[in-house]
Amino acid sequence: MTNSIDKNITGNATPAKLQTKLSTTEKVALSLKKRHQKERRFRNTGFSAVLFGFMLVVILIGDITTKALPAFHQHWVKLDVNYQSDWLSVDANLSGYELTQQLKTANFRKVLRNSLYPMFVNEQTPKLSRKDKRSAFKLFSSNAEFTIRDALLAAPEDLNETVSIWVRLDDDVDSYLKEGFAFGTAGLRIDEQQAQWVAKLEQEQRIESRFNTSFFTASDSREPELAGIKGALMGTLLTMFVTLLLSFPLGVAGALYLEEFAPKNRLTDIIEININNLAAVPSIVFGLLGLAVIINLFGLPRSAPLVGGIVLTLMTLPTIIIASRAAIKAVPPSIREAALGLGASKMQVTLSHVLPQAMPGIITGGIIGIAQALGETAPLLMIGMVAFIVDVPTSIADSATVLPVQIFLWADSPERAFLAKTSAAILVLLTLLLVINTTATVLRSKFEKK
Amino acid sequence: MNKMMTSALTKAVFGLSVSTVALLSSVTNAQGNSRDTITAVGSSTVYPFSTVVAERFGKNTDFKTPKIESTGTGGGMKLFCASNAIDTPDLANASRRMKKSEFDMCAKNGVTSITEVLVGYDGIVVANSNTASAMKVTRKELFLALAKDVPAKDGSEKLIANPYRVWSDINPTLPANKIEVLGPPPTSGTRDAFAELVLEAGCKKYAWIKAIKKQNKSKYKEICHSVREDHAYIEAGENDNLIVQKLTANPKAFGIFGFSFLDQNNDMLQGSIIDGQGPAFDAIADGSYPVSRPLYFYVKNAHVGKVPGILAFLKEYTSEAAMGEEGYLTDKGLIPLGEVKLAKVRNNVLSLTPLALNK
Repeated sequence: MTNSIDKNITGNATPAKLQTKLSTTEKVALSLKKRHQKERRFRNTGFSAVLFGFMLVVILIGDITTKALPAFHQHWVKLDVNYQSDWLSVDANLSGYELTQQLKTANFRKVLRNSLYPMFVNEQTPKLSRKDKRSAFKLFSSNAEFTIRDALLAAPEDLNETVSIWVRLDDDVDSYLKEGFAFGTAGLRIDEQQAQWVAKLEQEQRIESRFNTSFFTASDSREPELAGIKGALMGTLLTMFVTLLLSFPLGVAGALYLEEFAPKNRLTDIIEININNLAAVPSIVFGLLGLAVIINLFGLPRSAPLVGGIVLTLMTLPTIIIASRAAIKAVPPSIREAALGLGASKMQVTLSHVLPQAMPGIITGGIIGIAQALGETAPLLMIGMVAFIVDVPTSIADSATVLPVQIFLWADSPERAFLAKTSAAILVLLTLLLVINTTATVLRSKFEKK
Repeated sequence: MNKMMTSALTKAVFGLSVSTVALLSSVTNAQGNSRDTITAVGSSTVYPFSTVVAERFGKNTDFKTPKIESTGTGGGMKLFCASNAIDTPDLANASRRMKKSEFDMCAKNGVTSITEVLVGYDGIVVANSNTASAMKVTRKELFLALAKDVPAKDGSEKLIANPYRVWSDINPTLPANKIEVLGPPPTSGTRDAFAELVLEAGCKKYAWIKAIKKQNKSKYKEICHSVREDHAYIEAGENDNLIVQKLTANPKAFGIFGFSFLDQNNDMLQGSIIDGQGPAFDAIADGSYPVSRPLYFYVKNAHVGKVPGILAFLKEYTSEAAMGEEGYLTDKGLIPLGEVKLAKVRNNVLSLTPLALNK
């Protein structure tokens, strides 16, 4: 028995003869080096675990950021647009309201085509073939005709004038310019002819790279050069608003009742087990519930942030209740007893002593729940929020989608330029999370100061 | 935190919940009998095309931009056929024709008048990185490479667990690389179409398997549609831009996806030549590329006139500028119908000819 203890302390290499001669202090001193070594190893393991995790986060964010960068700038091209009224097929004698009405449905595609072909002709090719016309037209964003329409609607006096207007280049040309192909050579869905045209436009200083504001001000589009996150961001904010509004009060009220008022019996035990269980239910199940009950039974609109918020509330409630109960439980009983002893009612004790003490923990729980809800797509699929929605939602009953869904939809799109958009949207989502977490930390430290 | 703050907080929280509940009920009431946005549900394969039309429609007209949900063909049909009520979708996208069972489900729920719109065709490609050489393969060889059970090598009429590890095991002219194919999961319509158009077509080449079809249809289907589960076929995203990166990183791997994906990434990927024909635009359009399927959408005629803009939307969708030979949908990878067929489809659609399914 003693022998085995010795072995443990000194290691098993020491000969038995030597052991008998050593005193306890000496034995300890002998083993000290080894024990320190062990401790260092233990500490280093922990440190490298943290380092490893941190490294992964850095790689992830680095990768996303480098992929996202092209999405933040955009190439524009200057066109000399000739607003001839006979190309537009509008009556030049009109003015005011009648003119505007005619211009709204005028043939701007013809104006665009006729304005851009002269840029591509020279002595050798005075006239473009049909195929050339087609490939020249493809250099420009399909939105260009709407850009020039809006420009004329804003300034109707430009009718029958030639005006310089900046329009977006097509996403293929944009990617070609961004990905650094040798100039004037074919690449990425651009043939040689088109590459030479782009080089010519560049020489004439008609091409300019600008910060892509439309990424933040536009809604979803199937053209990568036009797509933005405003719609999804608004949808996320509206959905989170509903979620927060419903889940936080409900969760805290539930937790308070269960901890402070509920009798301890079989029923409350069953409720507790159920809440813990619900926290582990796959989120798509809540989507099914939302479809069956909230949409089909109560008749709320599909794809609305309201319904999304309710479904996500169901999902986050267990998290909030569990965290809040833990925080309430952690308030020392002495505080309750002292307040009760001074004659406070149960409600006064709960509201003015227990709740403030538990608030930091409750807020942490709420934030974890909201952060979870922020990244959810699966339950939203069932209630119709995985959809192509162009109009920006303004109320919680409008059709909307949310950021993670937008990321999912863009990742599914065949156009190459959506790769950058996907990463950029991820960055925005991460930023939003960071903002929420920072707010939570600030709030918590405010509540902790008493 | 002092008492006043707490009670103020409690009141605020209470007030907010009350107002939410009030809001909830008001929304329910406001959801009356009208809707001003066209809604569509259904296939994620038709989604990229319908969304382009929807976006243009929103910009070109005074109607609101239609809302297109990506729910999958089957899920979309369920929603579409639920009833004629105004809160059900007006359109359903489908990457295959409506099944008889779905048609009956619709009829049972009162959705009796449906217009079918044939949008165009979509090719399914087996592609790899263009740093490797393109593969020439037959559908029979693809069946042998990817099926769960294959006929025994000795020619006897017996099924054995797929023994092939490298392509050259199947046919010595194929590369001596490990069989590694990234493809869509079983939930996907692309997978169904691939199983039907490639695996079953290859499978049928064995006369004795074809003979099973007459005796036991479900057994035949099990043999011909089952995909191997020993990691030679890897389930990846259906249409996912990550698949391009995966294939570029591993030139020995192949991917299965829609033609529009290959079309958008043709500087990095190349399609395999199947039964002597590569997946080129024209080859799919004239039907000489064997792996292509029709894409549809369905219109609930009862909603025309109730939801503004449905007819105008159909007109835009079937216009020459969209579905035509040089329409903007072909830029997105849709294989067009051809002039005669398009004119016929357009006529049918604009007169809202109801669909009748007999088989």
